[in-house]
Amino acid sequence: MVAIGLRGTLLIWLSLLLALCLQVMPLADVWLMWRPDWLGLMLIYWCVVMPQRVGVLHGFVLGLLLDLIEGSPLGQNALTLSLLAFLCALLYQRLRAYSLLQQAILIFMLLGLVQLIEQWLRTIVGPFSIHLAFLLPSLIGALLWPWLFTMFQMLRRRLGIF
Amino acid sequence: MPSGGLLIKPLFSHGPVPGYRMLLCAILAFALMFAEHRFSRMEDLRAQMTTVVAPIQWAVSVPSDLLTWGSLALSDQRALVDENRRLREQLLTLSHRVQRMASLTAENVRLRELLNAAGQADMPYVTAELLSLDSDPFTHQMVIDRGRRDGAYVGQPVMDASGLVGQVTAVSAYSSRVLMLADANHAMPVQVNRNGLRFIVQGSGRYDTLNVMHVPDTADIREGDLLITSGLAGRFPAGYPVARVSEVVHDPGQPFARVTAAPVAQLQRSRHFLLLFPPPTVEPEPGDRLWDETFSLIEPPMELMQ
Repeated sequence: MVAIGLRGTLLIWLSLLLALCLQVMPLADVWLMWRPDWLGLMLIYWCVVMPQRVGVLHGFVLGLLLDLIEGSPLGQNALTLSLLAFLCALLYQRLRAYSLLQQAILIFMLLGLVQLIEQWLRTIVGPFSIHLAFLLPSLIGALLWPWLFTMFQMLRRRLGIF
Repeated sequence: MPSGGLLIKPLFSHGPVPGYRMLLCAILAFALMFAEHRFSRMEDLRAQMTTVVAPIQWAVSVPSDLLTWGSLALSDQRALVDENRRLREQLLTLSHRVQRMASLTAENVRLRELLNAAGQADMPYVTAELLSLDSDPFTHQMVIDRGRRDGAYVGQPVMDASGLVGQVTAVSAYSSRVLMLADANHAMPVQVNRNGLRFIVQGSGRYDTLNVMHVPDTADIREGDLLITSGLAGRFPAGYPVARVSEVVHDPGQPFARVTAAPVAQLQRSRHFLLLFPPPTVEPEPGDRLWDETFSLIEPPMELMQ
């Protein structure tokens, strides 16, 4: 039992760190807009599947790391990601009962909302105007969600982590 | 914690709704943002913490490094020979210029001595290499592989082979963050090389465009003018190329002419940079008066008064 718990923690943190790496991977300038919100997706997945283990504090720590890497104001991504985890903790029962398509739509709304808040925070501290293109990452994230969800469910079953 | 593989979990188990934790995190996040906005002490803390994520930054830059290395290893001989020839030609041109430069520098020193003007010393520098670009499409920053250990400091000017790139905004032990000219948060004083007119250049958020601010319609600035650093803000040393004016539009409905310029540095393509160490500016002593108050008006001669 302890071994399974340890394995689960390991898988959770490994996948979250991998998502963080994908999130900050240098890309060509044209492709930056089209990068899905990897970290947000991964966090939503674990919050929905294991709400007892992954929660707001995970979002906060990962957001802090993301802030440090991206050089954004310390606490900006921490706030948005912990908010995302919080929303998931409120919604996970409903989300589990949905079909994959409905889940994807809800994920789009969640990610879009969080991105919108991030843009607001950005305009508070800097002179940026809001582009509508900030919704693209959440749209692509929602399109990726069914595959990601199915893949990780299979992986979890294979490793015996519940 | 009931997380065994054999236990059947109820479908609608009510997990903890972490309202208090959310509140705590929100307060903490806002406190952090406020503190960073307000107190400069946070920069040290941030520098310390950035060292923690240095492994991630390094790991993330590995694939592109591998790709560069791979394309170099697999490139065919013809391309290498071509590149070699081009570099040789460039070397020849540059060494020709350097020869002229030597005599011009000597002449300049002599002239300055004649005029009793302050001498200009050569500027020390260290080279740096690009570690990662910012993954955020709304900002223009990059991380380079020189940090506090190499003497980098906040506000240090950064150049590439052809012109000014930007300035250092944050320094950690082994890497530092550079804000580029093109960022919308960046503005700097410049001078037109042709006639010495001074302007402010602000980034536009696009790599190929800078805005020259508050240009009167009558100012003598033309397409193709080279803008160089004026050294007035005390941050960038004077005389380094910044941008070339690409468009001048006079709109009668606007109070100022709209002037855009293209950066001379190859912001999107360079991988190697120079960190300059300009000599420290002379700070006025606390006792010094800014103006010489012994200055007084001289009465004009009586012949002129009549």
